Amino acid sequence: MSDTYRTADHGHLDRGTTLSFVFDGVRYTGHPGDTLASALLASGVHRVATGIKYGRPRGIMAAGVEEPNALVQIEAPFPEPMLTATTVELYDGLVARGLGGQGRLSDQPDPARYDTLHAHCDVLVVGAGPAGLTAALTAARSGARVVLADELPLPGGSLLGGAETLDGAPATAWATAVIDELAACPDVTVLSRTTAFGHYDDGLVLALEKRTDHLGAAAPAHVSRQRIWRIRARQVVYATGAYERPVAFDDNDRPGIMLAGSARTYLGRFGVLAGRRAVVFTTDDSAYRAALDLADAGMRIAAVIDARESVAAHLLAACAERGIEVRPGHVVTGTSGIDRISRAHVAPFADGALGERQGVDCDLLLVCGGWNPAVALFSQAGGPLVYDPEPGAFVPAGALPTVRTAGAARGTTTLAGCLADGVDAVADALAALERSVSPAPLPAVAATAPAAPGRVLWRVPSPQDTPDGSHQFVDLQRDALVTDVLRATGAGLRSVEHVKRYTTIGTAHDQGRTSGVMTSGIVAEALGVDIADLGTTRFRPPAVPVAFAAFAGRNRGELFDPVRVTALHPWHVEHGALFEDVGQWKRPWYYPREGESMDDAVQRECRAAREGVAMMDGSTLGKIDVQGPDAGVLLDRLYTNLMSTLKPGRIRYGVMCGVDGMAMDDGTVIRLAEEEFLLTTTTGNAARVLEWMEEWLQTEWPELRVHLTSVTEHWVTIPLVGPRSREVLASVAPGLDVGNDAFPFMSWRDTTVAGAAARVCRISFSGELAYEINVPAWDGLAVWRALYTAGAPFGLTTYGTETMHVLRAEKAYPIIGQDTDGTVTPQDLGMSWVVSRKKADFMGKRSFARPENQRTDRKELVALLPADERRLLPEGAQIIATSTVPAPPVPMLGHITSSYRSDALGRTFALALVRSGTRRIGETLYVPLDGETVPVTVSEPVLFDKEGARRDG
Amino acid sequence: MQLIECPWCGAREEAEFHYGGQAHVAHPEDPHALDDEQWARYVFFRDNPKGPFAERWAHAAGCRRWFNALRDTVTHEFLAVYRVGDPPPPVPGTAPATHRTAPGAQPRQGQEATS
Repeated sequence: MSDTYRTADHGHLDRGTTLSFVFDGVRYTGHPGDTLASALLASGVHRVATGIKYGRPRGIMAAGVEEPNALVQIEAPFPEPMLTATTVELYDGLVARGLGGQGRLSDQPDPARYDTLHAHCDVLVVGAGPAGLTAALTAARSGARVVLADELPLPGGSLLGGAETLDGAPATAWATAVIDELAACPDVTVLSRTTAFGHYDDGLVLALEKRTDHLGAAAPAHVSRQRIWRIRARQVVYATGAYERPVAFDDNDRPGIMLAGSARTYLGRFGVLAGRRAVVFTTDDSAYRAALDLADAGMRIAAVIDARESVAAHLLAACAERGIEVRPGHVVTGTSGIDRISRAHVAPFADGALGERQGVDCDLLLVCGGWNPAVALFSQAGGPLVYDPEPGAFVPAGALPTVRTAGAARGTTTLAGCLADGVDAVADALAALERSVSPAPLPAVAATAPAAPGRVLWRVPSPQDTPDGSHQFVDLQRDALVTDVLRATGAGLRSVEHVKRYTTIGTAHDQGRTSGVMTSGIVAEALGVDIADLGTTRFRPPAVPVAFAAFAGRNRGELFDPVRVTALHPWHVEHGALFEDVGQWKRPWYYPREGESMDDAVQRECRAAREGVAMMDGSTLGKIDVQGPDAGVLLDRLYTNLMSTLKPGRIRYGVMCGVDGMAMDDGTVIRLAEEEFLLTTTTGNAARVLEWMEEWLQTEWPELRVHLTSVTEHWVTIPLVGPRSREVLASVAPGLDVGNDAFPFMSWRDTTVAGAAARVCRISFSGELAYEINVPAWDGLAVWRALYTAGAPFGLTTYGTETMHVLRAEKAYPIIGQDTDGTVTPQDLGMSWVVSRKKADFMGKRSFARPENQRTDRKELVALLPADERRLLPEGAQIIATSTVPAPPVPMLGHITSSYRSDALGRTFALALVRSGTRRIGETLYVPLDGETVPVTVSEPVLFDKEGARRDG
Repeated sequence: MQLIECPWCGAREEAEFHYGGQAHVAHPEDPHALDDEQWARYVFFRDNPKGPFAERWAHAAGCRRWFNALRDTVTHEFLAVYRVGDPPPPVPGTAPATHRTAPGAQPRQGQEATS
């Protein structure tokens, strides 16, 4: 049954090759060059889907992206929902089925590759029809860098579907010759199967290239299936053609009702006769081309129903020659048929009134209501549209400085006009680029009679026996009716944008190509306004559906976001660490041993740090090298405390605030030399702090002679923590006097650790005796291994971020960004000691004096001890004063910022920001959780080693 | 994806840049000489014009330099970019962007007061 509707010699097919496919469970065949739609039509299949709302049978209405009906789901070889049969190139082994308006996402991962490529050009030409080809050829011959993108596999655009000749030969031969010349130009990129779908700022056009979809299972795995082209063009010419639009009449949605030009395309491009006996319903001359070509190819044209009162003599003569009856002043008022149209109802139509109806038997009804220029991309670019009463369509109102239209996209209707248009548009584009122009020669076009004006007819009134418009479909994909539009205007809507959203017309994946302008026309008629004043809806990207996979490209899975790992990462992986994401960093979270829970592991790691010795990977700490004669001045202005008085060899803890006085970051500052400091930042804040410092340096204090350099990844940083850390360090740093007097707290020494040049700092983020060993990243892994070996006799344990958090929280060392949220001052954190009283000014100082900052009921950092020592409270939990939750609004006292199980305390505890917290020490407050309130006691924030006795070992 | 002309690197995609708010808002010479309202105006208040606006931008993913730009807040068009320390170039047919600088806020080196 395949190929029963195929002509002997039309089309651009490889007829020698047969492709087998399955649709709705039935096996068919087609040929390379077919779309799924053309192969189905060649087998006589019209009904391919059902309407989404009313479940009515739906057929194939168009031959390209404007198709509103023929939605299919590909089942094999790649599961893919919601494609139009008219845009799926046929391949062997294709399995598809028709849809009822909605697809189904695959639950299988997509194994195909997708990627993105950037291109830059002087002139981007979109569309390889007659206008696009002369445009691209002119640009190429003028020496411009050109990209030509076209959605079809073959060049020629509308020429593929027609029977035109150029220079006395088939027009497609000319198109092929032009493409061959373009492809041979080194500065021209020709992209076929590539649909431009979005026009963005500054000449950025996004296009989707379908690279291997048409190969089916034979697609090579190493070639990306689809590619997003990001084309940055100095000038863009949209030669995107035009879409034929239908006329609404009763039951205009039956299978077998097709756009006239599309039926001509099925003949010209695919050698398919879409029916045996057709009625043609038209409002202009263009449908006669279809009627005559189809008649010549063997289709019986039962009648041409022309809504115009008179028809040009040459058309009447041509029809008469072929025995085609023409009925001027008539319209189609309705149709009959179940799975396929069987009869068109025809009636005279004069002065808005229908005459007596008569049936004309047919299996195909071809409709032409005029042509809408494809202006979506021009409109996206901000190009203004204007209604042109002849041909009754919205056309570009001129050009933009960098965006132009040519050919049918500009409203040009003749082939000769389109060919000339392409040259003219590119000449303007090149002139704007101040380049000389070498126009492409225009091929000779066979003489044709000038077209008579079309009649603008949006819809045919319903016959007396039907409620007007109740069976007339406007948007077939959304199943939206004329009555839906009238309901919208009846509800008071006056804007087509509002009508669009009320009715959903134009929001399906065909983007209203066959329904948008018709909607404007019907609304204008209903409101009694001029469609020129009403306008049309604004076009937005993407103009065609684009798979998320294509947008994602290579940024999937591991490549979704950059992952940063330290030089020690392989060791952590080898030793079973679980990882925590901190910004883009992977940090060891904890190192569970066989059979250990997270709690078990963290308790063990904490105990090692407090009672023996432990080490962690601290390399992710942000590190900024500050050099220059004014380095101390800059740091004095940015930190709340004095840094310029720090002696080389010494270290100071510092807090940075914003101008609003809120804590922004904290860390240590070490003075390396008179004119060089090295400061550390919170892991997740490194880039922000550097940018903040640069901002002040560059914009406010450019007179300061300071240079800032990020050195985060230059160093591997290993905190070695615990009462026995001194012994471990001594064993690997024989040249270093590790004694407390020789190497006191908050000082640093350059030395050699395990054979590597190292800078060792005596700082502690746990309250324990601790050393921070910094070595060049290159030596990091060897030093880490050496420490691990040297520490083994002391029971050295590695620990991760969770243990680090517990240890620091026991000492109430805040994490900026966890225990603070941009509304917390150093004073709120109990760190008035870090705020200098000596400095005349520093960032944030003036704000500390604001009344808001002087309030006694500010939220302050305190510790909370749950009455139940085993109860672990969730971070983020709210705090109230009463044991029962009062009626809303509930007075909130604050929230928990950190919460842990402490091995050292033998209980759980939390840090919290609590209103007037330091004056509530000893009070009982409540944490409402899931229907209960958990009592907690407010405590001094430092819970462990309040005296700080442990830091010197 | 807009192109922004970095005065040092040339045109780059906007994703490389960070926004830095209104330009030419000098840090007051002596914040402690300001009363609370004057200080709050410096800390919290910025102009929000419809039309040309002098802004600071950082080429964060490029040369890391801060620069100034005149941008039309209606069209997003960059009317001019200029280096820190340079006065905003005049926009034909419009008044220069201004800021209600708090009393006591003196222009510093590299800053041109525009009010």
